[in-house]
Amino acid sequence: MSKPPLVEVEDLTVRFKGARDVYAVNGVSFTLDEGEVLTILGESGSGKSVTLKTLLRLLPENRTDIGGKVRVGGEDVLAMQGRKLADHRGGTVSMIFQDPMLALDPVYTIGEQIAEAVIRHEKVSSKAAMARALEMLERVRIPSAARRLKAYPHEMSGGMRQRAMIALALACKPKLLLADEPTTALDATVQIQILLLLRELQQEFGMSVIFVTHDIGVAVEVSDRIAVMYAGAFVETGTTREIIREAKHPYTHGLLAANLVGAKPGQRLDAIPGAPPALETRPTSCAFAPRCKHAMDICRAKLPPIRRWHDRRWVSCVLAAEEHASA
Amino acid sequence: MTASPILQVDGLVKHFPIKGGLFGKRQVVRAVDGVTFDVAAGETLGIVGESGCGKSTTARLLVQLIEPDTGQITFNGKLLGRDLSLRELRRHVQMVFQDSYASLNPRLTMEDAIAFGPQVHGVPEGKARQLARDLLDRVGLDPQRFAGRYPHELSGGQRQRVNIARALAFEPEVIVLDEAVSALDKSVEAQVLNLLVDLRQERKLTYVFISHDLNVVRFISDRVMVMYLGEVAEIGPVEDIYERPGHPYTQALLAAMPSMDPDQRTEKVPLSGDPPNPINPPSGCRFHTRCAHAFARCGQVAPPPIELNPGHRAACHLLREEPKAA
Repeated sequence: MSKPPLVEVEDLTVRFKGARDVYAVNGVSFTLDEGEVLTILGESGSGKSVTLKTLLRLLPENRTDIGGKVRVGGEDVLAMQGRKLADHRGGTVSMIFQDPMLALDPVYTIGEQIAEAVIRHEKVSSKAAMARALEMLERVRIPSAARRLKAYPHEMSGGMRQRAMIALALACKPKLLLADEPTTALDATVQIQILLLLRELQQEFGMSVIFVTHDIGVAVEVSDRIAVMYAGAFVETGTTREIIREAKHPYTHGLLAANLVGAKPGQRLDAIPGAPPALETRPTSCAFAPRCKHAMDICRAKLPPIRRWHDRRWVSCVLAAEEHASA
Repeated sequence: MTASPILQVDGLVKHFPIKGGLFGKRQVVRAVDGVTFDVAAGETLGIVGESGCGKSTTARLLVQLIEPDTGQITFNGKLLGRDLSLRELRRHVQMVFQDSYASLNPRLTMEDAIAFGPQVHGVPEGKARQLARDLLDRVGLDPQRFAGRYPHELSGGQRQRVNIARALAFEPEVIVLDEAVSALDKSVEAQVLNLLVDLRQERKLTYVFISHDLNVVRFISDRVMVMYLGEVAEIGPVEDIYERPGHPYTQALLAAMPSMDPDQRTEKVPLSGDPPNPINPPSGCRFHTRCAHAFARCGQVAPPPIELNPGHRAACHLLREEPKAA
C-alpha cells in the first residue's frame, strides 16, 4: 500500500476582504509526497505566495476568507488552534523567505535564534539547543560556524544570512519546507550556491519542499514537479521535464519564451501581450483568455475544461482538451 | 555596423568617501576604478556583474549624474567639458532607470512628464505636447487613455514604457538602460525588450544595457563587458564572451546561470563565497581571492587586459602564462 501524501490541498480559495476584495486564490488542488519537491511558478500577483502562506496559516485572519481543505501529515491545518498551530509552525512545516534580514531578529545572535526554536519545539536544555545550532550552521556550510554562532544578522553577508535562515528553518527537522523566492535577491554566483545547498539538504533530511519562484531556471534546478500558476489558479502541472519540454498551456509557452528559452539574439520575442487581471471578482471564464492569442469565444464564456492524463499531469485549457477529443 | 565609436570612456575613476571608523580612518568605496571602453554607433553594449561591481556607477558617470574623480568621456569625438557641454551631452545620451516609479514625478501627468524635457531645451509647448502624445503612441500606450494619467495609475510595465518615451523625446543617439527591465514580471519584461529591439532598429539607437540577467544581456547585446569590483574583467563580442570566455570570473558567472535543461542541472558550485567588499578590494587581481586558478603573482600584480581575439580582451595573468593555442 502506498503512503498517503504528506500534503493534500483541495479546492483552496483565499479572498482578501477590504475596501476592494481580492480573489487571490481560486480553487487550487494538489498533493505532495514525502521527499518530493514541487515548484509553484508564476508572476507577481498570481497567488503563489498566498498559497504557500496558507499552509502555515500566516495570513491575517480577520481580513481573509479561506475555503477548501488543507491537510499536512493528515492534520487539518485550517482547523488548528493555539498550541497545535504553534507546534505545526516551525515543527512540522517551516518557511524561508526572500529577505533574511526581515526574517531574522536583528537583536539576537544567530545561535540564540536557532536555539530558541529548538528549545520551544523539543524541550531540551539550552546547552543542547546551542549544540544543535552549531551543528545546523555546519550543515548549511557556514565557514567558522562556532564564531558565526555569536554573530548578529547585520554582521553577515547576504549569502551567509540566507544560509543562517535555512539553518533556523531546518533546526527542528520539519517534514515540509516552504521556500518563498529564497534566491531572488541574491547575486548570480551566490544564488547557485544556495540552490545546490537546498537540493543537498532536501536529500539529506528527506523532507518535502514547496518552492515558489518566477524564474524557470531556478525551478529547473530544484524541482521534481512544477505547477504553473496564473490569476489564482494552477493552469498546468507536470514533471519538470513535461513542463519544459511538452508545455501545453499557452501561458506556459509564453513564460518559456519570456525566459528566453530558445530565443534568437536581437529578434523579437513571442511575448504575451497585456497584463494579469486585477482579480476583484472571481474569474468565471478562462482568466488568461484576454492575453491568449488562441482564445476563442468559449474561452471567454466559461471556465476552461481540464485535460487530465493522470492526477499529476493536467492542463486547464480548451485547446488541450480539444486536441484530446480529436485524437 | 560602423566601427567608429560614438562613446569613448577612458580611465574612469569614482571613489565614494565613507565615514571613518573609530579612529577616524578615512575609507573609500572604490566603486569604479579605472574603466576604459568604447561603444560603437548603433551597437548595444551589455554590462554585467554582481552587486557592487560598479556597473550602475558606470552608468551614472556616463550621463554625468555624478562626476568622475578622474577620466574622460568623449561623445562623437568631442571631449566632454572641453568641446561638449553637459547640456549637450544630456540631449544625446539619455538614461532609463530600474525603478520606474521613482524616476517619474508623481505630480506630473504622463504627457507633462514627457513634454517637460523638450520644453526646457526650447521646444514650444504645443509642439512638445504633440511630441509627447506621439511618443506615448509609439511605446504602445494609447494617448487618449494615458496622456492625462499620473504615475500611480499605471502598472510597472506601463511606467517603464513612459520612461523610455521620455528618454526618446530628445531624439538621443545613446540610451543608457540601467536594469531597466529587471523589476518587471517576465511576460512584461519580454514586451519591453521587444519594444527596445524595435526602437533600436527604427531610430538607429545605441544602447548601453546594464543588467545582472545574463540571458537578457545575451539576447540584446552585440558586445558585453564583464565588471568585477570596479574593474573591467573582460570585454568582447557577445558570442566570444558566452562561448569562449577567457576570464575565470566570466566562466564562473556563466556556470552560475541556472540550467534550463532538467537533464543537465548544475552539479558543482562554480564560485564559493560572496563578492568581496569594494571598500577594501583584494590586492593584485581583485578576483584572486575567489579564483580556483590563482597563483602567487595574482595577489601581487594587477593583470593588464590581454587581447584574445580582435576586440576580445580579458584581464587575467593565466592568459599570458599560456599563450593561446593556435
